[in-house]
Formats: sequence, C-alpha cells, structure tokens
Amino acid sequence: MSNSGDGYMTADGRKIGGVMMEMKNITLRFGGVKAITDISFDIREGEIRAIIGPNGAGKSSMLNVISGFYVPQEGEVWFHGKKRAPMRPYQVAQQGIARTFQNIALFEGMTVLDNIMTGRLTLMKSGLAAQAMWWGRAQREETEHREKVEKIIDFLEIQHIRKTPVGRLPYGLKKRVELARALAAEPKLLLLDEPMAGMNVEEKEDMCRFILDVNDEFGTTIALIEHDMGVVMDLSDRVVVMDYGRKIGDGPPDEVRSNPEVIRAYLGVGHA
Amino acid sequence: MPDTLLYAIEVSLNGLMAGIMYALVALGFVLIFKASGIFNYAQGVLALFAALTLVGLQNGQIPFAHLINAVFGTSLHGFGWTLPAVVAIALTALVMVGLAWAIERLVLKHLVNQEPIILFMATIGLAYFLEGLGDVMWGADIKKLDVGLPQGINEAIDNATFNWFGYGFFIDNLDIVAACVAAALVLSLTLFSQYTKYGRALRAVADDHQAALSVGISLRFIWVLVWSIAGFVALVAGIMWGSKSGVQFSLSLIALKALPVLMLGGFTSIPGAIVGGLIIGMGEKLFEFFAGPMIGGATENWFAYVLALLFLVFRPQGLFGERIIERV
Repeated sequence: MSNSGDGYMTADGRKIGGVMMEMKNITLRFGGVKAITDISFDIREGEIRAIIGPNGAGKSSMLNVISGFYVPQEGEVWFHGKKRAPMRPYQVAQQGIARTFQNIALFEGMTVLDNIMTGRLTLMKSGLAAQAMWWGRAQREETEHREKVEKIIDFLEIQHIRKTPVGRLPYGLKKRVELARALAAEPKLLLLDEPMAGMNVEEKEDMCRFILDVNDEFGTTIALIEHDMGVVMDLSDRVVVMDYGRKIGDGPPDEVRSNPEVIRAYLGVGHA
Repeated sequence: MPDTLLYAIEVSLNGLMAGIMYALVALGFVLIFKASGIFNYAQGVLALFAALTLVGLQNGQIPFAHLINAVFGTSLHGFGWTLPAVVAIALTALVMVGLAWAIERLVLKHLVNQEPIILFMATIGLAYFLEGLGDVMWGADIKKLDVGLPQGINEAIDNATFNWFGYGFFIDNLDIVAACVAAALVLSLTLFSQYTKYGRALRAVADDHQAALSVGISLRFIWVLVWSIAGFVALVAGIMWGSKSGVQFSLSLIALKALPVLMLGGFTSIPGAIVGGLIIGMGEKLFEFFAGPMIGGATENWFAYVLALLFLVFRPQGLFGERIIERV
C-alpha cells in the first residue's frame, strides 16, 4: 500500500478513500511543557487509524486537539480539504466528529436511552419554540430519532438495559453505552480514547468486534487510542506511534512493529 | 362538625396556598441548581427586579428617571401611558431574557470550570448589584402591582362551605390563581425537560459538562436558556407576591423562605420544591394555630427553619433530592 494517491485496498479487501482529516505540524504546550511536538499525520475515509504510545506520550492530547478540547499553539487541522478555524468542542461535534472519553463521560443520572438520545442532538432541527410547544414537527422528529437510536441499541446489544440509569451500570457496559451515544450522532469521524482500557478479556473481544462492525456496516472512519499493542495490531489499518510528544512511527501495523525506534520506546533500552 | 376542626381545616388550606407561593420562589432555585450546580443567591432579587420592571413598564415610568433628573436638572417622570397588563408582562419576560444573556456574558462566561462556591459568591454580588440597579432604574418607593388578578375572598367557597358546615371558609382568590399557575408551571417545566431536545440538553449539561460538549451542546446557550427560564419563574413569583403585598425591597427576602422549602424538598427536584413548599406552608400555619398560643405566638418566623434543620439531620438530601454517593 502507499500513502499517496486516492486511497488503498486493505489486506481484507476494504476500500480506503482519500484523506479526510489532516494534522499539519501540530505543537501543543501547557505552559513550558510540550505535550505534542510538531506532529503531522492524516486520517483517511473509511479507515481504522490507531494512535499508540507509552504513558504520557501525548496520545490523549492529540485526540483532544482533534475534538477541539485543546487548541494547539502551532499547526493546522484540515478537515474535508478545508483548514479548520479554532473552534469549540461543541462546534467540532456539530461538524460530525463524535468521541468517547478515557474515563467515561456519560450522563450518570439519565437512562441509557436518554444518554444515547443526547447523541442525536446535533441532528435534531426543530427550533426552541416548536420544541417548547411540542408542535407536530418536534414530535415527529422525536419519533424518527428514537427509531434510529433503537437500531443502535440493537446493534450494540444493550436492549436489556435501555431504561436503566447509567450510574448503576458496570464499567464495561458504560463503555459500550458511551460508544452508542457517539454512534447515535452518525459521525463521519469517530474518536475513541482507550475504548478497551480496564476491560477483561471477554469485554475486550466484544469491544473489538463492535469497532470492526461499526467500521464495516456504517463505513465510519475511526481514530482510536490504545495501550494494548496486540489489540491495535489486529484492529487498525494504519498506526501512528508517539513517544514523549513526538511521532516516531507511522504506517501499517507490520511495518510499525518492526520499527527499531518503536521497539525501543516500548521495551526501553538498556543503559550500559 | 366541631368548630376547632373546621377552623383547623381552613387554616391548613390557607397554609397550602401560602406554601404554593413559597414553592414558586423555590422553583427558580431548583432550575438553576439542577442545570449548573449553582445555588443562585440572586433568585429572590430576580423576582423583585422582575416585579419592579413590570410595574415600571405598566405605569410608563422612565427608567433611571431620578438619576437623569439629578444629573441634568430635568424633571422627567413618566411617558404618560399605561400599558395593558399582558403587554407589560410580555415585555418584562423579554427583559428577563436579556438579563439572562447579560449575566452569562458578564459573569458566568468568566467563571467556567470554577468551584461552585465561587459561582455562589458571584451570585451574591449579582444580588446586590441587581437590587441597586432596580432601585436606580425604577425608584425605591413601595409600588402597587395590579395586573388584574382576582383578589379577596372567594364567595363561592365561602357560601358552599357555609351551607355544608355552617361555617364559611376564607380562601383568597389570589391564592387560588397562584395555585393554578404553579401547577401549570410545574407541569410544563417537567414536560419540557423530559420530552424535548432542549430539556434533554439541559439535563445533560447538569450532569456532565465535558460529555455535553462532546455531543455538540453549547454550554453558553444552555446557560442563557436556564437563566431565562429562572428569570421567567422569578417574574411569575414576583407577580404573585407583588399583587399580594406590594412591590418593595422586602420582596427579595422571600428567597429566605425558599431555603427551608429547598432543604425539605431537595435542591434538585422540581416536584420536591412544590411538596416542600406545601409542607412548610401548611406546617407553619397549623403549628401557629395549635402550639402558637401556648408558647406566645409568632412561630411562623422560625418554624420553617427548625423543620429544615431537622431534615438536615435525618435526611440531608431532602425528600426528593438525589442521594449523593461518592464512588471510590
């Protein structure tokens, strides 16, 4: 495969499209500390792109830059061929970029169903007056969106907990509800921050399957951060490797795996 | 039926009505607390400000007339018109929305991600500022508010009860109107927050700011919305209390009566505010009726607070409040 031109075919025969999002020379500082130093990479239409690296490598910071939670001091973010002006996280979400969080950010007091419905807020069009009066359009809209949400609930196999307040759910299910909420927005780009962190083997396998299914069935482009090397290599089409805020590798999993610098970052080097 | 029992029933009915008036104020607190975790000290002053503005607009007063006269030596008094009540109320509602927008712009926007206690302090500042602003804009004299709500004894109830029991109940028409308005308000607020997208966004923001941002909710829009609704509720409370006892500074002190109501009902529950108001209202009237004469009366001043204290000891989250569980 090659990085140039209009996409490539994956080993399992999926067609990957052109560049959807491009990060150009991103540098992010917190005071004097550089979290990200001059990193560039792209995300292509339809691919599963992983960002990996040891603790403190700046992976989550990178995801926060993409989703607008952090504004980089230097560098440009290009989305669908247009340079993105600095924007607030909710505006990024309205552009069709949905995300999950490393430490799960769900609405604990609301039911699973309501949580997932919030994912569709950006897609609901009726205005404040119509909503307040519960006019025909608002009501119809609610029903339509509810149907879509039910499909996602079926897809992620969480029918049995739809009416449960999220606060009562175990960790693994919360992660799945968070994925459902992000999916409900029908995102063009789905950002997953350590979707498998803290899960047992079985839950990890489930999550892997869901991520692959989402990509396969909805054609959603996915960028994910992961710790677990094994999982990443099985899941992703291309991998960015970060260490101490720098990019030290970029390419398909096999290529990255044999990169000496990546091996050094992960295994460490002996000091003579 | 014995007279004492009939009298007690009348007293408790009046207590319930008074309780609804308390609940109207408490409602404004709950709305803002739910959505932003801020205890809005300025809620009472908001009601005062709304009532002042309403009276001012209705009577065609020129805002800041005293100030302008003092500075420029003019003698302005009024535009010389009187607006119909409905128009004045609609205009005042608009003013409250504008106020909500200004509060977000000038205060809240700069305090994002601060501790609740800091936001609380900011609302104290806001309360004093608005109190002063209200005075300067509309003058400090006691005003009469009349938007055409029925007042005085309800003849129908008086006659009916007299025919049944031989004793006529005194129920004020204004209280009956207040009860209906409060019921309608609670019903519509509950429906709005449960079944509309803005209501859902509102609950989402109340629950988790980060997550709300990630699904595309603008926090600033929601805050303006919440403060507008709280302002509107304050307007309703201002109309009811203003019609009852005139528009004056002490109107802002009804906020103090809302405190025990909130402790009873829970800071996060809209139905809680209503039930809390009813219990406090009825409780203090009945206590005054039965125990007052034994201990020298004037129990209404403190009964609500003692009841609230008891609740704090045995059920700190109130009757309907969410139980705070810290997961470790």
